[in-house]
Amino acid sequence: MTDRAFCAVRAGALTCVQDEGRHGHAHLGVPRSGALDLPASRVANRLVGNPPGAAVLETTLTGCAVRPRRAVTVAVTGAPCPVSVDGRPAAWGAPVRVPAGAVLEVGAAVLGVRSYVAFAGGIAVEPVLGSRSTDLLSGLGPAPLTDGAVLPLGHPAEHYARVDAAPAPGPPRELVLRMLPGPRADWFTQNAFAALATGRYRVSAASNRIGLRTEGPALERAVHGELPSEGMVWGAVQVPPDGRPVVFLADHPTTGGYPVVGVVAGADLAAAAQAAPGTPLRFVPVRHAVRTRQAP
Amino acid sequence: MRRVLPMRTLPVGDRALLVELDSGADAEALHAELLRRRAAGSLPPVREIVPAARTVLLDGLDDPAGLAALLPGWEVAAPRADTGAVVEIPVRYDGPDLAEVARAWGVSPEAAVRIHHAAEFRVAFCGFAPGFGYLTGLPERYGVPRRATPRTSVPAGSVALAGPYTGVYPRSSPGGWQLVGSTDAVLWDPEREPAALLAPGTRVRFVPRGGA
Repeated sequence: MTDRAFCAVRAGALTCVQDEGRHGHAHLGVPRSGALDLPASRVANRLVGNPPGAAVLETTLTGCAVRPRRAVTVAVTGAPCPVSVDGRPAAWGAPVRVPAGAVLEVGAAVLGVRSYVAFAGGIAVEPVLGSRSTDLLSGLGPAPLTDGAVLPLGHPAEHYARVDAAPAPGPPRELVLRMLPGPRADWFTQNAFAALATGRYRVSAASNRIGLRTEGPALERAVHGELPSEGMVWGAVQVPPDGRPVVFLADHPTTGGYPVVGVVAGADLAAAAQAAPGTPLRFVPVRHAVRTRQAP
Repeated sequence: MRRVLPMRTLPVGDRALLVELDSGADAEALHAELLRRRAAGSLPPVREIVPAARTVLLDGLDDPAGLAALLPGWEVAAPRADTGAVVEIPVRYDGPDLAEVARAWGVSPEAAVRIHHAAEFRVAFCGFAPGFGYLTGLPERYGVPRRATPRTSVPAGSVALAGPYTGVYPRSSPGGWQLVGSTDAVLWDPEREPAALLAPGTRVRFVPRGGA
């Protein structure tokens, strides 16, 4: 392999390759995948001069450490964390030059869950169905990082307008998700909507890239029938038989058989991806939400 | 024959739309019409069109409400059941639940095999896993329930029944369907073009191999 590559020194709890996802295959049962905190992965790419859809590393809670074989510019965004190069402190949220053979340590998240590590040139694993993303539901794309794994890097752009630092809001202490109307809202009682809005939920430790699971009161159903499988979207608030709402994230199944009470506004999905287990959570039903260009 | 389909359009946030129809056949007809219109360039840009049991989801729309207002007036052609190539899937009818399925149908296992391979199937929709198709085509009276306790691991290539559907597991996974047979056909291969052997609308026949 060329020396345009890095080696994983410490893989971390769950570190995977992500880009903007695998689109256009949902009718075949292929999840979309892609970075859960897309605004953060796009900023990381911008900081190193990559196009927004270049593949980056997404870490989970404990960070990771990598050793590039040749000097490369990197940037760490998303969940704030200590960053160092061969033991010397380096900047978070800014371009950092890592010399050949030096170890880039991305520490445990101080706040939030997922940090993003962009490399100038992007991670150049072979795309599968147009995307380099790891899909944890169906196993498409590269396997999650393991200690000693070597991943190839692409060629950095020769000329690019780089930014020096990017402001990023810290993850909120309370997760407030605006919830737009869902297809099966009428399967739930007014009591259920009241429960969603009163903030008695917490983010469950069973959350993953497939869904943000919750702990709290069971939502009261108005309709008790069975639902034939129907198409699902990122942000769908699906209610399984135990009544605890699950917010579907990027690796969600393309169809599902439990009713969807609402859909989280696209602009709030990055915050959902950064809410650590135990974070208080509240759903605010709204009729409309202001769209942002960063909404997926 | 073209006709206006009875349908309900349901909101799915501000970027998607779920269209609910009276039957699976109507959902297939609307799905085919949507694909025709997209190919002809007369559908607003949409990222995903996902058919399911009685619905079609349109995701990645700029103006879901605008499309929701137009759809109910469309004249939609009935799906043409007898066109297109047939994918033949060789099957050994050696599944551990074949006897139970035969009992549920009130026939011998040999007769159950004949009933299953005589039917012509169509992929109504996909889901659960990449390349997993929900195939319709068995007469309605041959519906079977899922197993009370799902298996923690169903081998890849298992041919299985649940409700009105037949499916083939593309890879080993947990599953609650009744296993009637197995195949060596590769349902899903991301290196292949197309990756999925079965896509919505594909016609399918199961061809018995030794072990039946």
